[in-house]
This record gives sequence, C-alpha cells and structure tokens, in this order.
Amino acid sequence: MTVPGPAGTRWALEAHGLGKKYRRGWALRDCSFRIPAGRVCALVGPNGAGKSTLLSMATRLTRPSAGELRIFGAPAGGRDAMPRWAYLAQDKPLFKRFTVGQTLRMGEELNPGWDRAVAERIVRAGRIPPQARVAELSGGQRTRVAFALAFGKRPELLLLDEPMADLDPVARDEMGALLMSEAAEHGTTVLMSSHLLGELEQMCDFLLVLDGGRIRMAGETDELVPMHTLVTGVTTPEGALPDALAAHTVIETRTAGRQFTALVLRQGPLNEEWQLTEPGMEDVLLGYLRSPRAPALIAPTAAPAHREDHAA
Amino acid sequence: MVVFHIERRGGLPAYLQIVRQVERALRMGALTEGDKLPTAAQVAAATKVNPNTTLKAYRELERAGLVEVRQGAGTFVTHVPQPPASQPQSRLRDGLTAWMREAREEGLDAPGVIALFDTVLAEAFPANTP
Repeated sequence: MTVPGPAGTRWALEAHGLGKKYRRGWALRDCSFRIPAGRVCALVGPNGAGKSTLLSMATRLTRPSAGELRIFGAPAGGRDAMPRWAYLAQDKPLFKRFTVGQTLRMGEELNPGWDRAVAERIVRAGRIPPQARVAELSGGQRTRVAFALAFGKRPELLLLDEPMADLDPVARDEMGALLMSEAAEHGTTVLMSSHLLGELEQMCDFLLVLDGGRIRMAGETDELVPMHTLVTGVTTPEGALPDALAAHTVIETRTAGRQFTALVLRQGPLNEEWQLTEPGMEDVLLGYLRSPRAPALIAPTAAPAHREDHAA
Repeated sequence: MVVFHIERRGGLPAYLQIVRQVERALRMGALTEGDKLPTAAQVAAATKVNPNTTLKAYRELERAGLVEVRQGAGTFVTHVPQPPASQPQSRLRDGLTAWMREAREEGLDAPGVIALFDTVLAEAFPANTP
C-alpha cells in the first residue's frame, strides 16, 4: 500500500517550515513534517490549533506566509498538484437544487480523470435514487454523495475536514467503512481531521497532532503509541512523584491520595514496583493535548530531513 | 470466508486480533488449505479497520507459515496447524480446566480469576509485562 509512484511521490504531503500568518497572528508556524503515500493520517488538535489552516493551504484556499507545502512532490498551490487531490469540506458543499445524477454529471464535467463507475457504485451502495434532489437527502446520504464526488475524481490524496462530525452513529459507521474500503481499493492517501479519537484509532495508521499552530506529534501510530507507558505507583511520603520517574519524559501526571498515575515517554526500563499498562492511541493523544508543555514528538518517518531524500 | 470482528476496547491491537481470529478459524476448521482470506478492502468495509492493519496481520501470518500473500491474487491459507492431540498444550489445558473448576468451587468469580491469573502470569513471565 506504500508503493512509491513516479519521481517524488513517496511522500503524499510534505511541509518545510510551513507557516500562515493572519492579522491576529500566526495560525500555523514553522511546521515541518511529511506523510508517506498510502497512509490514513489523522489530523488531531483542539479547535483553533491550525488544522483547517493546514487543509486550506493544501487545497489552494489560502497561500502560505512562510515555508512550502508539497503534494506528491509538487507545490500545493500549483497546477501539477491539482488533479492529485480531492477535498471534502466540513459542510460538504453541494448544490441543493441539483439531483444526485446532476451532481455526479457535474463531477464528470469538471474532472478530466473522472471515474464514473466508482462514483456511481458509491451512490448506488447507499440506495440513493439518482433523481433525488440533494436538498431532500439525509445527512448521511449527502455525505455519501460528497464522498462519491471526491472518490470519483480518483484522487491520490483525499483531504477531509471533520467528515463524520454531523452524522448519526449508523451513518458514521457506514461512512467510516466506505472511506476505509475505497481508500484500500485505490491505495488513496487520506488526511482527515477529527475529534473522534476513539474512531480514529481503528482507521488511522499515521498521526499529525497540532496545537497552538505547532506540531505536537507526527509519525506512525504503531511507532508512537508503544513508546509510551501508563505508570501507576505510590508517591513519596511528602506526596511528591518518585525521583525515578524523572528519568523518563513525563507527559502528564495525576495524583489521588498517595497514588499517582503518569503517562510517560520511556527513556529506558521502568521501575518494577510500578504498575505498568500500555496506553491506547486515545490515551496518548489526550495526554499530549492536556499537557501543552510536554515536548513535541516527531518520529523520523515524519520528519523531512534531507534534501536528497526529498528529491528521490 | 472468514469474517473478522474487531473489538475497539479490547486492549489487543487490531492487527493481533485479526491474527488470532485467523488462527482460531484454522483450528476450528472454518478455514482450510487453499481458502482465500478477505482482501484489505473487504475487511475495511466490514470493520472500518485500516487496510495497512490488515496487511500487517497477513504478513505476520505469512511469517508464521500459515498463509501466503500472492501479489495481485490475494492471501491464501497454505498450512493448517494440526490439532495438538497428545501434546503438552492439551495437557496444560486439562490442568487449567481442573484449576478453573477448583477456583469456582472456592468461590472465585471471573474477574477474581483474571486478577489472580494476571498476577501469576506477571511473576512467571516478567519480561513480557509492559
């Protein structure tokens, strides 16, 4: 699934010192990361973290104030990158008075590489009649049509802003399955912003965490999550954390009575007197988001280092 | 064809859940030599599991010599482990069954058994506890 394509396409998205300044200040600052092709990447962070700013720079809606952003090696704002990505905005903008059939025909007119079979299959699988008007569709059906438009473009990179936010549980489950299976079918790289951490855990294999306009965490889920341990133990008689804990990077701690719980980034073997459990992705993400001062964690896979690597 | 069920709150990583479920299907005879495993897209459609997770599980099963990943054709069962008739596993299972019965007679409930088991397991295999 991580098959490298033609020159420069090993990385679906790559940012070097990327920044965006609005009048009120930097919405995104000094961001460098890369997402390998074929991944399903979660874009996580509190509201105002810079997630939408990043997506809007990838989709030409805004221009970077600093640095650069590349899509499969081509500048994100450029003509070469255009046919390679599709974007599904949070409000899933569709023409309300169009029928579903007209909507798909519009997709076909606007996109040279249009795959009618894929788009029609997605709509049909939801038993949506082509003559139904967009205004009459349920939230789940409208999302399905928007997905059909996006996948009909046969993008190599699909950017999604909160795709499941306004859906009921059944529609959410259905759209998640649709997204995963279509991405698998075509080897599509997906970058999806979401607050639904529990659901992301299953769907995503790559993480990009933003907070305050900066990158807090980037890398493969399987690489990042197991670097952490949840430690439970007894505080010192004075109620402080044991000194031995300081040998590790402590992301977050809580004390209740004489007991402490800490999420740590291990820097060696942990004290055997403590009770140790493996955190899930959600535990680790919440730990970092609750602790703005914890150091950023960027795995080597996600860090754009050498220029020759980039040009390869 | 085998159908996977992925527990989100199971604690076990999704790829390991797939590995275990294939192993179980092989033991129970639900899967046999030559059978094709579902594609990553089929698993994704049924469970929302990331396709790379499924591929990781299949590679793990391939390393264990149970399946073969044929490029472009799919993943096929190549080897069915023989049921361990008179092997130590079956002896251990009998012992555990007897112990379990004893624990219940002593008044232990399932969570109590699990807690006790976890403690003893951690003592016996210190390297494996996180």
